[in-house]
Amino acid sequence: MRVPRRWVDPLDYAGRTWMRAFFGMVFILLYAPVVLMMAFSFNDSKRNIVWRGFTTKYYEKAWNNDGLIEAFINSLTIAAINTIVATILGAMVALLLWRFRFPFKSAYEGFMALPIVIPEICMGVAMLAFFSRIGWPTGMPWPLNLSAITIAHIAFSFPFVAIVVRARMAGFNRELEEASRDLGASEWQTFWHVIFPYMRPGLVAGALLAFTLSLDDFVITFFTSGPETVTFPVKVYSMVRFSVTPEVNAASTVLVVITLIVAALMLRVQRQGQADSP
Amino acid sequence: MSIISIRNVTKKFVGITAVDNANIEIAANEFFAVLGPSGCGKTTLLRMLAGFETPTAGEILIDGVDVSTTAPNKRPVNMVFQSYAVFPHMTVLANVGYGLKVTGVPAAETRQRAEEALEMVQLAHLGERKPDQLSGGQRQRVALARALVKRPKVLLLDEPMSALDAKLREQMQLELTRLQEEVGITFVIVTHDQDEALSMADRIAVMQSGRVEQIATPELLYESPNSRFVADFIGKVNLLDGQVTGASDQGVTVDVAHLGKVTVPHSDHAQGPVSLAVRPEKIRMTVSRPDSGLFIQGRIVDWAYYGDTSHIRVQPASGLPMSVTVQNDTRSTIDNGDVGDQVWLSWQAEDTLVLDR
Repeated sequence: MRVPRRWVDPLDYAGRTWMRAFFGMVFILLYAPVVLMMAFSFNDSKRNIVWRGFTTKYYEKAWNNDGLIEAFINSLTIAAINTIVATILGAMVALLLWRFRFPFKSAYEGFMALPIVIPEICMGVAMLAFFSRIGWPTGMPWPLNLSAITIAHIAFSFPFVAIVVRARMAGFNRELEEASRDLGASEWQTFWHVIFPYMRPGLVAGALLAFTLSLDDFVITFFTSGPETVTFPVKVYSMVRFSVTPEVNAASTVLVVITLIVAALMLRVQRQGQADSP
Repeated sequence: MSIISIRNVTKKFVGITAVDNANIEIAANEFFAVLGPSGCGKTTLLRMLAGFETPTAGEILIDGVDVSTTAPNKRPVNMVFQSYAVFPHMTVLANVGYGLKVTGVPAAETRQRAEEALEMVQLAHLGERKPDQLSGGQRQRVALARALVKRPKVLLLDEPMSALDAKLREQMQLELTRLQEEVGITFVIVTHDQDEALSMADRIAVMQSGRVEQIATPELLYESPNSRFVADFIGKVNLLDGQVTGASDQGVTVDVAHLGKVTVPHSDHAQGPVSLAVRPEKIRMTVSRPDSGLFIQGRIVDWAYYGDTSHIRVQPASGLPMSVTVQNDTRSTIDNGDVGDQVWLSWQAEDTLVLDR
């Protein structure tokens, strides 16, 4: 009896063995280190090289590490403020560029996107020089002592929001806006009832980007942080200088989980938004 | 009294004059069409009525009030957009109720009026749907209901049929005419489709490169166009160039190649080089030489069969080929001639127009 050969559609990539192998490799290279880090956070060994049994004591240890917790809280605080401010600022820039014509618009657009292309290390040095030159106050009580880092983060993350939101608005049918005005809505009502709902998926994507950019930024933060304002990445870096302990793994795992939860939540909001638009 | 008065309105954009000194009076309850090729300024004119553009010069009166610089949301007009512009994130009912909600109409009344408007366009059963679950024709009905629910004094329609297929278009044309009679408000429709304008409108304004060429009823526009452009734009026309040689009470006498000196009824003053215009369906095609009327001999060069009619092109001894439309009113019409045959074309002098060249 002849066994019919399985027909592989030209676009059915997953049906090809070599494709599957390639996919598998990509997945391993992307996620194996993360999975390994998470696994070893439960490893009952100081050296973090050989598996010696399951324990959660390093989570406890990380939890009791006041410096680490403080850095963690600092990072989340900066990320939260940055997300809000950068999203509003970025959205306003996007609306300005989408909506209005003004002299030197293309030049402005180019300058606006500079923080995306400027090497981070240069941004960091520039920020350091800037804050010390203008004599930005240090040693203020928490959370004001985070202001320099937060400002630096907003400066480099709002262009990302602007670009994402602008791209979204490029697909907006201007007749929708005119229809709203025609039906008796003021410009303000038109913005909230018609333009904003369309903009929302772009805002969510932009906010997500701003949040993760801020949370894991090391270079620029390193230059703008003082001894009292340590963020999580900077703290981890200083801990790793001695050795990669399961404690660092544990803290990192918590951060990964938090990021995943935030991302999942925002993606859900975005999917709802996309279902609402054509 | 006219509901819309467009007086000496000019609209200039950088480098171009979109509308050039337009004067149009539209009566209440009229179905008015603005017809013209793309880029003739008809959409700019409509947008000035809606308030999205302000005239560079002149004034626009709606119901006696000068609205030339009034914001779009303060005008007693509503518009059906070319893309329908149905809000994608709202349900059909919310779309229709939007114009009432934003102007502070109570929620209960909004809902009731929106439902009534949906009923009027036969979409009452789809109120909870989202626009992406509707067909193009249904979306257009939503746009119509959304505009009509505001009870405007004038409804503006911007190329409303351009996105619909031929069958649906015909159906919507009938429906629009019905709706207009039902709600009894003035409709102003902008279109480049002459059939649409002819079949629906009470009166039509034909525009070309910013200027209003002629405003007339469909019949007058077709039978008595006042310029070569209008004659050529509305339907098909054969133009025969000639020279005016004299005028009398019977009309003007024109000397045309192959026709000789012919006298056609013409009330206006005509002089020098003119064109005689005759519609293809006014021409008879015969094998033998006709006894009366104007006639010309030629050879059939082209025969396009359309079922109900045949469009034939006949080449006279010189000049441009002439178009003839033959009604296939008997089954034997198909045997009447073939490409290459010598035929006679004839028509009546009173079916001929004299147009300036």
